[in-house]
Amino acid sequence: MLDKKINHPLHAKTNINVAFSEPTLERVRKIIARYPAGKQKSALLPLLHIAQEEFLGYLSVDVMDYIASLLDIQPIEVYEVATFYSQYYLEPVGKNVIEICRTGPCAICGGEAIQSYLEQKLAIKTGETTPDGLFTLKAVECLGACGSAPVMQVNTEFYEYLTEEKIDQILDDLRSKSIEDKPEASKWKEKFF
Amino acid sequence: MERKILLKNVDVPGIRSFEVYRSTGGYSSVEKALQNMTPDEVVEEVKMSGLRGRGGAGFPAGMKWSFIDKKSENPRYLICNADESEPGTFKDRYLMEKLPHLLIEGMICSCYALRANTGYIYVRGEYKYIIGILNQAIREAYEHGFLGKNILGTAFNLDILVHSGAGAYICGEETALIESLEGKRGNPRIKPPFPAVVGLYGCPTVVNNVETLANVGFIVNQGGGEYAKYGMGKSTGTKLISACGNINNPGVYEIELGLSVREFLYDPKYCGGVKNGKKLKAVIAGGSSVPILPAELILKTAAGDERLMSYESLADGGFVSGTMLGSGGFIVYDEDTCIVRNTWNLARFYHHESCGQCSPCREGTGWMESVLHRIENGQGRTKDIDLLVSIAAKIEGNTICPLGDAAAWPVASAIRHFRHEFEEHVLHPEKCLKR
Repeated sequence: MLDKKINHPLHAKTNINVAFSEPTLERVRKIIARYPAGKQKSALLPLLHIAQEEFLGYLSVDVMDYIASLLDIQPIEVYEVATFYSQYYLEPVGKNVIEICRTGPCAICGGEAIQSYLEQKLAIKTGETTPDGLFTLKAVECLGACGSAPVMQVNTEFYEYLTEEKIDQILDDLRSKSIEDKPEASKWKEKFF
Repeated sequence: MERKILLKNVDVPGIRSFEVYRSTGGYSSVEKALQNMTPDEVVEEVKMSGLRGRGGAGFPAGMKWSFIDKKSENPRYLICNADESEPGTFKDRYLMEKLPHLLIEGMICSCYALRANTGYIYVRGEYKYIIGILNQAIREAYEHGFLGKNILGTAFNLDILVHSGAGAYICGEETALIESLEGKRGNPRIKPPFPAVVGLYGCPTVVNNVETLANVGFIVNQGGGEYAKYGMGKSTGTKLISACGNINNPGVYEIELGLSVREFLYDPKYCGGVKNGKKLKAVIAGGSSVPILPAELILKTAAGDERLMSYESLADGGFVSGTMLGSGGFIVYDEDTCIVRNTWNLARFYHHESCGQCSPCREGTGWMESVLHRIENGQGRTKDIDLLVSIAAKIEGNTICPLGDAAAWPVASAIRHFRHEFEEHVLHPEKCLKR
């Protein structure tokens, strides 16, 4: 009776065991220590950032359940947070996530044209991932860099004063880098969160 | 000569490092406060300075501090609100990127004044590189004995920790920020109780904006009275204005409050006029939430007086002919800008960012977006314009937090001042410049 398949990321549990490496667990313990004893739930947002970075760039149900067990909270407490914040992805994304700002100040400075140009160059629509898995294009709200509009963020890096020529250059660079390397994000790993 | 408080040393090479910052007199306010002043004396100086919250609401900072529950035996917290997300606003990013120690110095004095032993900096998730810069500066402050146990040999202990958000405009609202810092969804709390009584983990908490806290070092050093000599009237001090849109020199400027809007807009030292020699159409003076004003009303008040960059002058005329200083996000529209399209764009923003807790905001922002989208796409009906006014009026004042107001004001003010453009869009959609 209840075997009807529900097509939602939160129902895609695979029961694959996920676990952080020992060095990552050490970071996790340090983060939890930033908050008073018994308030370890405060570490949830930073931990989800790390989990997303470590496990294929998105948060599967298995990953979220693992984070819940690390913080000794209920899985639902993780799901409700992961579905609330726009930086957490619940479905697989490409190696490079391109987030183009679509809000007012960027829009009046050519942001809409840049978004169309990206769609054309990558041959995908906003929200989609290229077939080679290298790029996901997302439109996001104000990135707080309106003075250098139009802007986008790729992984953790800001790209400002965008023009079509710049986009060509950035995509070429990311393509050549992405063939073997992990995304740019990894080089910052130690400093963040 | 223009006088600066925050960005005075911003161009000193290497100012981001502790050594260089210290050599310019940095951290002297911490020495003065901890060694020569009581916490209450620091609070008094901040009260005397007239410093108002720089995040947008403009509430007097010293008064906010004095609301802290003195009877509570719980620990106290100071939270620095670095969740800068208001469209058009990027001043806190600039300040933290260029002068991280200025913020930390201000936070140490503020924590001392509040008798708080823990301070959190809540940084919006998108500013990841800023988190790296702040952590580096904090590490240096620990190394030099300005953070940690027994700071400067006194009994005062303080830890400052950086916390990352994850992409939610609503977390700039102080109680949503507290919820988020507790590891929850950013749903604002009902006030009262205010955070000063029941804040983080149920403890007395003060939440201040980055720029507000960055001013505290100067106030401690020079005295609140000296600070109040900057600016005009109840708009004391300086303000960081982030200017963007169709102007020649977008960027962050520190102005003394009371500068004329005309000078700020046209002087080559600041915005440098409208780009490509176009005419000015409208300005959103304090971040996307504040009412938009057409060219004639932003340069002069309805009474014909010169409009100034101050809390009072920008508000002159109420919402009929005035606006707000807000967060200082100064967005300029040239004559080619389509007001309908931009209003739709902002309505979409607020719909996306509504936390969904209160029905008027959750439903109303969605309806405003769809109706505006319909008008923008040439399927609008004449009665849609009054429908928008009615939706905006039903959201405003009927929600737990100010996001509802912030969503309603841009729509209501755009129709108030540019009704003819909405009508034109409904009647002759093919004429729109952006088509």
